Amino acid sequence: MTEQAGPSDNQKRERMVTLRPMAPIVPPVNVSGHALMVVIAIMSFLCAMTLGAVTMVQEKAEAWQGDVSREITIQVKPDDGLDMEAALTEVRTIALSFPGTLSAEIVDRASTARLLEPWLGEGFDMDELPVPRLVIVTIDESAPPDFSAIRQELANNVPAATLDDHRAWANRLISMARITVLIGVGILTLMFATTMLTVIFATRGAMAGNRHIVEVLHFVGAETSFIGSEFQKRFLLIGLKGAAFGGGVAALGFLLLGAWQSNSLATALNDQVTALFGRFTLSGAGYFGIVGIVVLISAMTAVTTRLTVIRTIREIDRQRADPSLAEIG
Amino acid sequence: MIHFENVGLRYGMGPEVLRDLTFDIPKRSFQFLTGPSGAGKTTLMRLLFMSLKPTRGLIRMFDRDISVIPGEELPLLRRRIGIVFQDFRLLDHMTTYENVALPLRVRGKDEASYRSDVIELLKWVGLGERINVLPPVLSGGEKQRVAIARALIDQPEILLADEPTGNVDPPMAQRLLNLFTELNRLGTAVVIATHDLTLMDRVDARRMILSEGRLDIYD
Repeated sequence: MTEQAGPSDNQKRERMVTLRPMAPIVPPVNVSGHALMVVIAIMSFLCAMTLGAVTMVQEKAEAWQGDVSREITIQVKPDDGLDMEAALTEVRTIALSFPGTLSAEIVDRASTARLLEPWLGEGFDMDELPVPRLVIVTIDESAPPDFSAIRQELANNVPAATLDDHRAWANRLISMARITVLIGVGILTLMFATTMLTVIFATRGAMAGNRHIVEVLHFVGAETSFIGSEFQKRFLLIGLKGAAFGGGVAALGFLLLGAWQSNSLATALNDQVTALFGRFTLSGAGYFGIVGIVVLISAMTAVTTRLTVIRTIREIDRQRADPSLAEIG
Repeated sequence: MIHFENVGLRYGMGPEVLRDLTFDIPKRSFQFLTGPSGAGKTTLMRLLFMSLKPTRGLIRMFDRDISVIPGEELPLLRRRIGIVFQDFRLLDHMTTYENVALPLRVRGKDEASYRSDVIELLKWVGLGERINVLPPVLSGGEKQRVAIARALIDQPEILLADEPTGNVDPPMAQRLLNLFTELNRLGTAVVIATHDLTLMDRVDARRMILSEGRLDIYD
């Protein structure tokens, strides 16, 4: 700048100097950055596990609900002078005559005997006992038949037949499923809130160690948006790495558990685990939710960083505005 | 370029540490700011750098009243000022070269456009062999020279230097003083806060003497 030298001399001298690639404005991850990454990974893992569990419970509840409401049962009680087989055929014909019924299947004598086997033992004579018979009707869930009309028709033609639409069961299951999902959503909300607060405070903690950098950049003329972007880039990477690791481990956990359950069917341990927790199969929505968590937590880290930079610069300027906050020179 | 009028500053409810300061710093001027320890030299330098606001009085920087400048304009105004902090404020993860280049980098300039200028300036301040060294490895004097180079690299309109020769030997102090006078000759106003009487005797410049919060100026 001040030395008298020709351009060729400058170039010659410059050529002799080997420079390393420019260091980033914000230093690479330090100890507090590593700690932040670990915190983010743990919270993402817990959040993803909670989300996965809630998704599984919700899907399980929907499946139960669907199974129960997909079928109705018509019971024909034996009566004096009633031709049971003819009555069953008529019931089936009546059921199928209504729009909304997909199929109607008479539970035959052998199947009925099998159903009663646990109580009455093998080889009993069904004709000696007044055993009711069943017709199982599969219905279209989206456009179910008019149950009261079927009841009326049955009462007119086969008075011994009664229709059970499983409504009592279905209602109880629906209530239980709703409460279970509600509790799950409540836990998930708390988990999310905890994760967000933890990420925010951990990010601010990690940023506290970078205050001197913000100050120097501010004083050498960097604009707030520039400083914010530099820190945001660095911390977005930290957030993304941590959240991807935590969410990835959770997703992998679900995959491995599902694979283990599929590969060890009919083992005692598997049966017990399945009876307790159900199948560990996460649907596409569950995995999509985990990806959403990773994105959300990374974004939260980046936004918190930017806001912390803006706040730090405001503090520096507040100090400027209030001399009592500054040191005596 | 800079105008102070009846400027006073107190910390909290304490006594005024600076009282009734009225002076101008004209363009292309050269002045020393001196006074006993605790007289308020650093505080006055901070007022000049707009990192403090006065409790009373008027300060105009580059024809702008600083009390009404919005926060977002401050960095743009500070780009016209080069400052050497007493505690250097270098970034430890950046080399000497990168620290000096920082003001140009935050202005969005391409590295190729300033690489030779930065290297040349570093050689001029005697750090040609320390270009790739990180600040923790540098001596106090070397850090000071890096801080000076960083303040000068974008040819500011005014240079504020707080004890710029405090940690260097007399030949280097003379060399730095030559750099400041050369810079001043090229059009930059210079304010050097110093205790060093020998240094002040080497240049025929205005002396601003702070004592008990008051300022006396000897042209």
